[in-house]
Amino acid sequence: MKIHLSEIAHARSGDKGDMANIGVIAFAPKHFPVLVREVTAERVKSYFGNFVKGEVERFELPNLGALNFLLHESLGGGGTLSLRIDAQGKTMSAALLRMEIEVAEGEL
Amino acid sequence: MIRIANGQGFWGDWLEAPVRLVEQGPIDYLCLDYLAEITMSILQKQKLENPELGYARDFPPLIGRIAKQIRERGVTVIANAGGVNPAACAREVKRLAPELKVAVVHGDNLYPQLDDLLARGLPLKNMDTGEGLATVRDRVLSANAYIGAFPLVEALATGAQVIIAGRCTDTALTLAPMVHRFGWREDDYHLLAAGTIAGHIIECGAQATGGNCQVDWQTIPDFANIGYPIVEAEPDGSFTVTKHPGTGGRVSADVVKEQLLYELGDPRNYITPDCVADFTTIQLKDSGPNRVRVSGIEGRPRTPYLKVSLSYHWGYKAIGSLVYSWPEAYGKARLAERIVRERLSQLGLTFDEIWSEILGFNACHGPAALPFPDVPEVQLRIGVRGASKKDVDRFTRELIPLVLSGPPTATGFGDGRPPVREVVAYWPALVPREEIRTSVEVFQ
Repeated sequence: MKIHLSEIAHARSGDKGDMANIGVIAFAPKHFPVLVREVTAERVKSYFGNFVKGEVERFELPNLGALNFLLHESLGGGGTLSLRIDAQGKTMSAALLRMEIEVAEGEL
Repeated sequence: MIRIANGQGFWGDWLEAPVRLVEQGPIDYLCLDYLAEITMSILQKQKLENPELGYARDFPPLIGRIAKQIRERGVTVIANAGGVNPAACAREVKRLAPELKVAVVHGDNLYPQLDDLLARGLPLKNMDTGEGLATVRDRVLSANAYIGAFPLVEALATGAQVIIAGRCTDTALTLAPMVHRFGWREDDYHLLAAGTIAGHIIECGAQATGGNCQVDWQTIPDFANIGYPIVEAEPDGSFTVTKHPGTGGRVSADVVKEQLLYELGDPRNYITPDCVADFTTIQLKDSGPNRVRVSGIEGRPRTPYLKVSLSYHWGYKAIGSLVYSWPEAYGKARLAERIVRERLSQLGLTFDEIWSEILGFNACHGPAALPFPDVPEVQLRIGVRGASKKDVDRFTRELIPLVLSGPPTATGFGDGRPPVREVVAYWPALVPREEIRTSVEVFQ
């Protein structure tokens, strides 16, 4: 079945220059493998479409049940150059939590 | 055990937070982080206009306000408030709180020796683009090396009650008192990594105590009186994150995890001047009401380089907006945007970028935004960036005419033409560690 990522995870995002980072954290340890399977770097890149001009990298932090995504060239130039209202990517975490993922009933 | 608090996550953070931290319970060290990447260039400009400025001007009045508590409660303040003029900052602190002993850490400011570094063959390449600094040398406004905890430890050893640094890392402010009190050495890299991660957790102030947290934010108590974070640090590198009893906010494992991931790059390679910390070794658990216990942290030795933060004049930008009301607010805003773009094109103006977004529709989330019904109103926000101040200025005259000459129900133009702002850009580079020599000056 399909659920929103927000049902099994929370998140925080921020910036480093023109790169946004989004940390996605499973609410429970059993949800971490679901994150690893469903929330791939490729999916995150296509989800944000033309917001992300560069690559998306993914890192795993199993000790925190978390994934960290780096979205290169995703903030309209970043810092003082950006013309965007969310030049620091602070709301991108919330956007990602609305992404739909596929889970089996027993995984919830 | 020592208690280290952070009362300021950035210059502009809540003025009452550090005062409450020294008044509402015991702390040994009060850290205050004032410097964002671009702050140094603003301070450099202020210093050029007035040689007695160039530091965080909120800081000396704060010290004046809490001088009594610093003295009576034995609190030591560690702040990167010095900007590009820490000595002037110290003189102003001494004027407002003459009874306090103040120490200043010098040596991070590379601006005066920039040409010497380039002449000796250090390219100061942009870490993001690989370009050499020579291409923007004549436009550089500031250059500061990020210094680590050990120069701050030297200042703590003088017995000063207020330590003022320039561009030190945010995490060094928290790590320094641990090194000072526990006698950690430069090769104790697991311990240095632990103190660095403690610093990362509290460096953004209340983001570690429930601020900007997405988990059950509706039930986080008393944001108006939120407590700022305190680390109770042990000599073995383990620590507890907490806040003063009776304050608002929440410290939980969820809250601390979110802050750990904030502005994080490669979690195994969190590089600071003091060590390389490994975020995949962190073990944390709720250990009581508003208490999170952190342990198990490992690190690796520091690298041979220090990061340098340079800023340079890039050009100009201006951003303006118009509000359109129901019905078909979105369609009207899009039509207005097309009109502005066509007129800018007819004028032959040159911009690096013209960006438009519609607040109430997709400005924050872009392609990931939800589809929406016919909303009551939207705000068209349109901006340009370019090297020519004249062209950017011309753009600022192209929005308001649409109130009378474009699609109907435009409003929200009360502030008139948007201002043209200078764009100062950031240039990160590396220098060999031995190029930076720090020193400590004491103001009795």
